[in-house]
Parts: sequence; structure tokens; C-alpha cells
Amino acid sequence: MTKKKVSTFFTYFFLIIGALIMIFPFYWMIASSFKTAAEYNSYPPVWIPSNWLNVSNFVEAFKAAPFARYFLNSVVVTVSCVILTSITTILGAFGFSRMRFPGREVIFGLLLSLMMVPFEMLVITNYQTVTKLGLVDTLPVLILPFSTSIFYTYILKNFFDSIPDSLYYSARIDGASNWKYLWRVMVPIAKPSLVTIILLDAIACWNSFMWTQLTIHVDKLRTLPMGLFVFMSDEGSNPQLQLAAATVCVLPMIILFLFARKYIVNGVARGGIKG
Amino acid sequence: MRVKIENLTKRFDDAVAVDNFNMTFEDGELVALLGPSGCGKSTTLNMLSGILPVTEGHIYFDEDDVTKVPPQNRGVGLVFQNYALYPHMTVLENISFPLEIKKVPKEERIKRATEMARLVQIDKYLDRKPKALSGGQQQRVAIARALVKQPRLLLLDEPLSNLDARLRLEMREEIRRIQQETGVTTIFVTHDQEEAMSISDKIVLMKDGHLQQVSDAQTLYDDPHNEFVASFLGNPPINKLYGYIKDGKFVLEDGSATVNIDNPNVKEGQTVVLGIRPEAIQLNQPQVDLTAVIKQRYTMGKEELAFVNVGNQTIRVYLSNDYEFAVGDSVNIKLRKKGSFLFDRETGARI
Ligand SMILES: Nc1ncnc2c1ncn2[C@@H]1O[C@H](COP(=O)(O)OP(=O)(O)O)[C@@H](O)[C@H]1O
Ligand SMILES: [Mg+2]
Repeated sequence: MTKKKVSTFFTYFFLIIGALIMIFPFYWMIASSFKTAAEYNSYPPVWIPSNWLNVSNFVEAFKAAPFARYFLNSVVVTVSCVILTSITTILGAFGFSRMRFPGREVIFGLLLSLMMVPFEMLVITNYQTVTKLGLVDTLPVLILPFSTSIFYTYILKNFFDSIPDSLYYSARIDGASNWKYLWRVMVPIAKPSLVTIILLDAIACWNSFMWTQLTIHVDKLRTLPMGLFVFMSDEGSNPQLQLAAATVCVLPMIILFLFARKYIVNGVARGGIKG
Repeated sequence: MRVKIENLTKRFDDAVAVDNFNMTFEDGELVALLGPSGCGKSTTLNMLSGILPVTEGHIYFDEDDVTKVPPQNRGVGLVFQNYALYPHMTVLENISFPLEIKKVPKEERIKRATEMARLVQIDKYLDRKPKALSGGQQQRVAIARALVKQPRLLLLDEPLSNLDARLRLEMREEIRRIQQETGVTTIFVTHDQEEAMSISDKIVLMKDGHLQQVSDAQTLYDDPHNEFVASFLGNPPINKLYGYIKDGKFVLEDGSATVNIDNPNVKEGQTVVLGIRPEAIQLNQPQVDLTAVIKQRYTMGKEELAFVNVGNQTIRVYLSNDYEFAVGDSVNIKLRKKGSFLFDRETGARI
């Protein structure tokens, strides 16, 4: 073997090892959710469940706790968050990128500096706010505080800035209003960036835990991560049920990611568009 | 439509981009707005389209004062230097976008857009996205999009400067053809004198935000109002001899030669510039205005030219084939009246 081949071999060898280490917990989770209790507890471990169509763990988990309800709550919260965040992000980015108003730079700078404040600190003030508004133990408490994002606004504004002015002027001459121009020209051009933003936001919403734990104490309002957490402590002796529930929790985001992967790579690789 | 500009002025902070511009564009004319980079051509165009607010002055479309009318209500089509096509739309969608905004029914939209695409000969590519088109094709799409809503005024901002030389020639004629077929009043911005001369009915020459001269290309060349106009046009450029007036004659700066000039407007002692187009210089004729020494010869295309010294100043002349010329030779120069101009040294104004 030549030197080059050796180095290629080792590169791939370590990459494969790394990938296996990354994938293994996921595989274990998904595989175990199809195992029987005996299979799961046997030693040496059973790597492959005997029956991939054995859905009894899912059935039992759904019986033991209202996972369907949790799932629905998660979907409602995530979809609402994503829709609201997208709208505020798009409008905010358009305003800061395209509109001229006094104090624009200062206001945007102030907003950016807020990104330095850690989320954990905001939790306290946010909690007081939602308590005063009487939102504790309602679904909106999981949505409203997350309906804007300075970070995403910043990302999208930068993208909007890279769209040539001449497109805007051209559209204005053609009779398009700011509103029409935004939705008919800017947003479609920014699609890769927007998909990335939506995906990141969906994942963050879906996985949100600390805030949910603080503000939701009613079982039927729990989201999946929260429900899973409670289920874990209740069903400590049935890990294959826990892993089935965990699979239900994780799978939607993985599927979403696989669908949107093409856009994300594009969104990251493509800083702007040609002039 | 007739377009009239009255005392049009545009200031950016302190900088004056367009200064007290007066001009009338007649209905159906194709006018070239010509001038060096940064002279305010785009600014003027953008004020006409309504993109840029006017600092002072007025713009009239026929009888209407449109100075404060927003761009969408002016009925103008504008083609940008970079074409500004919408990258996510197909050619057809791009061309029909102005109609879509106007809420024209879809069927008619497609019909009119397709017709327009045919006019600019891009109808083979209706389903393509702009990035799958060449520069010249993108250009045609941009023109079609500007024309589809039947504007009263078509504005083109250096539309050919992104094209290669060959395509530029072709597109020049295309623009001329399309303009004649539609009869729309058209203002064409360029910094290229040749482009302006070949395409337009009339040339408006600008410098530093000021209007210099308005006329057809030939008049601009043969009868420039000032030194700038004379030196902006022409290739090879006009020769300049610096000097002053003594006894009604032109005397070279170093006093080494005198030229009889037949100009009643000169003042005694006035410092002047004698502008002479290279083709207005005849060598070794019976009549002699000046003598010169050949410094260096060169060729441009089929022509033979030379730099010659007159006193301590250098000018360009065409060498005729009738004589043998060698570097260091002394030659007699005769100036033709046509192509020789006298300018005031201070103001640059023609005398
Ligand atoms: N938005 C602007 N802000 C400040 N100065 C500007 C702006 N646009 C143009 N200018 C200035 O106005 C002058 C004319 O510009 P422009 O009309 O673009 O020239 P041209 O199109 O003839 O090359 C230039 O000196 C330019 O720097
Ligand atoms: Mg310009």
C-alpha cells in the first residue's frame, strides 16, 4: 500500500468509528423499543430485536401515559412557535434591511446586544411576566415567549441585505408595494435561509424542557419531552417502554431534518445571491 | 410622450449629483444620456423613474407635473445595468410580473408576456430561470419586462455595459429596432460615446451634474459648445494647443509660432486653447499654418498616425500615404477650418 492509501484508510476508519459512536445510542433506542422485556434484560445484550414489527411497547407506553395528548400538545406548540417566529422574523428582517427610519441602526444594535443575555436569566423575568398575565398552565405560555427571535432576525436581515437594491426598485416601478415585494420576491429568494431558520426553531421548540417544567404543572398540557420525563420516573422498571416513548419523541425531528437537509446545506453554503 | 425637465437638481448631503438640469425629450425619440462615470446620469434616470426624490425642480410628462408622483404611477419602464431579474422566477414569470401586480387576468398576462418575449426574441426560453440565460438573453428579458406594461417612457441604464463587445453591437441594433417598433420615448444612458452616437436620435452630454450640450451626434462632433464636449467625443481624441491671442492671432504658449485665426470674438491677450481634430490636420500642403517635427509613429487599425511636436507641445496627426515620413522629419501643417475650434482657457467655452 502506498502512503496515501494508508492515510485514506485511517481517515475513513476513524470517520466510521466516529459515526458508529454517534449513531449507536439512536440505534439502541429505536431497536430496544421493539424488544420484549426479556430481550432487553438478557445478557449478553440482544443487538437486534427478534421482531421489528413488535409494537407492543408503543401500545403499552401510550396506554400508561397520554402520549397521544403530549404529542398533540408538542405539535400545536411547535407549529405555533414556528409560524409566529417566521412571521415576526420575516417582518423584522424586512424592516431592518429595507425600511429607512430614524434610529434604525441603534435599535438593531440594542436588539443584538440582548443576545448576550443568557436564556436562564430571562427565565426569571419571563416567569414573572407570564404569571402576571395569568398564562401559567395554559398552552400559550409555551408559545408566546418564543414567538420572536433576534438571532433568526439577524440571520435573515443579513440575507435580505445581500439582495440587490435594483430588484427592489424594479419591483417598485412595476407597481409592487413593500408588502408584495416582501412576499413575492424577497421571501422566495430567501427560501433556503428560511427553511434553515424554521428547522432550527422547530427543533428548539420541540425539545424545550426547562421552561415547560417551570410553567406547566397539568398533565394534559404537557409536551412530549416533559411527558417523557415524568414517564421515566413512573416507569423506571420498564426501559423498553421508555425507549419506545423516547423514539416517538425524537423521530419527528429526525424525519423533518432528513426532508429539509438539502435546503439547510444550501442555506449555509449560499451567503447571498449574484448581483 | 413628451418629457420635460425643469431646473432639476439632486443633492446628496452636500454633493450635487445633478445641477439645474433643463431638457425636453420629444415624443417617440430615442435619446442617449452620455457622460463620464459619476456625472449624474443614473441619478437623472432614477429621478425620472421616481425611485429617487427630486431635491429641486420639476418633471413633466406631457402636461402633468409628476415630480411627486410615486414610481408605480408614472408608467415608466426601467432596465437596470445588472438587469435586476427575479432569480426565482422563470422568464415568463419575470416578464409578466408587472401585469400580475396590476391584477391583469392570468390568460391575458401570459398572452401579452409571450408577445413581448417574441418581440425581443426570447420566446424560446420562457420556462428558464435567469441564471440559465446568457447576458444578452437576460438583457432581452429585462427589456421585455420593462415594456410589457406598455410604459410611456422607457429608461435604460447602461444596459449594454455587462455584455461582450460583439453582443453589445448586436444588442444596440436590437434596442434601436425594438424602440422603433414600439415607438416609446426612450432614454438610454451610456458612458460610451460610440454607443451613444450609433443608437440615438439625439445625444445629451453631461459632466459633473451639468448639461453640456444637446444635439445629434454629428453636430456634437462638428460644433462642440465647449472644450469638454470637444474632448469627450472623438477617437483619436482632439488635439489641444495652449496659447494666447496677440494682434488677433493665436500664439503658442512658448511664443514659438503663430497661427492666423479668423475669429472676430477673440480678445487681445486672452488665454485660449486651440482644439484641432486629427483629421483636420493636413500635412505638406501649399498653405502652412505651423511647422512640426515627427516624434513617434504608430498605427491604429489601418491608419498611420504620428505624434508631432509643435513648439514644446505634442499633437496627433494622421500620416497620408502620399509622402514618406520618418521620425525627426520636419513637416508643414495646415489646419482645416472644419474641426478646429478655439476655447477660452479659463471657462472652456467656445469662442
Ligand atoms: N445614494 C447616493 N448618495 C450619495 N451620493 C450619491 C448617491 N448616488 C449617487 N451619488 C453621487 O452622485 C454622483 C452621480 O452619480 P450617478 O448618477 O450614479 O453617476 P453616473 O450614473 O453618471 O455614473 C456621483 O458623484 C455619486 O457619487
Ligand atoms: Mg450610473
